[in-house]
Amino acid sequence: MFNLYGLYILFAREVWRFLKVSIQTILTPVITVLLYLLIFSSIISRSREMLPGVNYLTFLIPGLMVMAMLQNAFANSSSSLFQSRLNGNVIFMLLAPISDFELYLAFVGAAVVRGVLVGLGVWAAACFFSWVPIRHPFYALVLALFCCGSLGSLGLVAAIIADKWDHISAFQNFVIVPFSFLSGVFFSISDLPLFWQQASFYNPFFYFVDGFRYTCLGVSEVSVFTSLSVGAGFFALSSFWALWLLHKGYNLRS
Amino acid sequence: MDAVNIENLGKEYGSLKALSKVSMTIDEGAFFALLGPNGAGKSTLINILAGLTRATSGKAAVLGYDVRRQWRKSRYKLGVVPQELAYDPFFTVREMLTLQSGYFGLGAENRPWLDELIAALGLEDKVDSTMNHLSGGMKRRVLIAQALVHRPPVVILDEPTAGVDVALRRQLWEFIRALNREGHTIILTTHYLEEAESMCEQIAILDRGRVVALAPKDELLSRYSWRHLRLQLTPESAVVLPSTLEQKKEAAPQGELLLRLHREQDHIGEVLAALDQAGVKFSDLRIHEPGLTEVYTELTEADNHV
Repeated sequence: MFNLYGLYILFAREVWRFLKVSIQTILTPVITVLLYLLIFSSIISRSREMLPGVNYLTFLIPGLMVMAMLQNAFANSSSSLFQSRLNGNVIFMLLAPISDFELYLAFVGAAVVRGVLVGLGVWAAACFFSWVPIRHPFYALVLALFCCGSLGSLGLVAAIIADKWDHISAFQNFVIVPFSFLSGVFFSISDLPLFWQQASFYNPFFYFVDGFRYTCLGVSEVSVFTSLSVGAGFFALSSFWALWLLHKGYNLRS
Repeated sequence: MDAVNIENLGKEYGSLKALSKVSMTIDEGAFFALLGPNGAGKSTLINILAGLTRATSGKAAVLGYDVRRQWRKSRYKLGVVPQELAYDPFFTVREMLTLQSGYFGLGAENRPWLDELIAALGLEDKVDSTMNHLSGGMKRRVLIAQALVHRPPVVILDEPTAGVDVALRRQLWEFIRALNREGHTIILTTHYLEEAESMCEQIAILDRGRVVALAPKDELLSRYSWRHLRLQLTPESAVVLPSTLEQKKEAAPQGELLLRLHREQDHIGEVLAALDQAGVKFSDLRIHEPGLTEVYTELTEADNHV
């Protein structure tokens, strides 16, 4: 038995929640990313060629889209679930006939929706600066799903493990932000010293950024299939972590 | 079919035993009170039934559905009004009720029932407010509505009248009694023993994780076999009692005499005659029949005297 309607309503609740505060959840991240775009593209020569036939501004935009997706997917599930835990209203979904897996799907689904909306917002706004095509929309969609799905799952993990808002923001600022800044959003990893170049290959966010750049521009540093495989693997791993915590009832069902 | 069936239920948090070997059955249609001091294990028991807490040992079922193995079915049968005034700050009262009903798989077809609940609980004016604009009493009503969106046959109310004013408390009891008349099984916890005494037919008392009493109310009340006779003495009254009465004396505060009488063995007429004979004169007399408070106190404090 699968409570499909219950799952749909919980998913709708999650989407509805962030839409009710869309200035904070959609507009603000888009504006922030535009600021990055303005600053970095004005200090680094636009004409510099980052990848064959790709100038810096065009290089930057897909990476910024991914960074926005990553951070917002994480923020959505982590803040929603953690706030429900703190308020105590999490019990209303725990009392309902909704399984761990359905709860996972609803939260991660909403995180994907928010991530994709913010990503599209960044894209639409960035296109005023420089037109960025999306050459491989199918791969782009799959990568966006892996990327937002992974971060949505990690958001659940953070919301379950955390005891206070401090912990959520630590996860965000000491894990998500550094990994996304060091994933080659702002630079090509071939410009890095060898050690950091090697280290980047262990950063899953690098594959999201590089793969997404391929889906937009048709050029990348590693094969898009490598990026898709690593993305799928990371999505599976983070989902497994979240589902395992839900199954254990950790901090949710004592 | 039992509304609730609990067998040897145990719950340990590390070395703390929140519940040990709790067994009870609650009949369908019952009005059942779960009493006990703070920390006795009432909320733990409720949370296990609701699936919010997992038992360490034993089993529990709601209308025959095991709360672990058949959790989905058991949750459809159960409505829980939590003790804490928890609410979702993002949504209005109507939105919250619609969402909650949706979690149970109920869509637009359930709307008439939600309207009925809103009307029955007097929430019509508040349906478009978010919960942070509501008073404590109103929040409590919303929680009750929320627990009933899926018309659960078994309803658990964890201290529904805590912090609620007298008028609302009366309304809530009327509402709960009406639910019971319609066939819902009601299980509640409360610290207001008079309420439990006047409303409930079945009573369980928990103390430190164990069931110390589980019986129909009348049977429980009859277990306490003493009543008190309080006399307001006149100035000319004798104060020395014959030995038969002296044994029954519990206290003699200024100008008063308090006797503890056995319900069956001490005949009130004989006691009064003996008092008259001893020269005890009084201007007023009150008899205090024991209630749930006395039974409760005796059962939950029994070990504390040791």
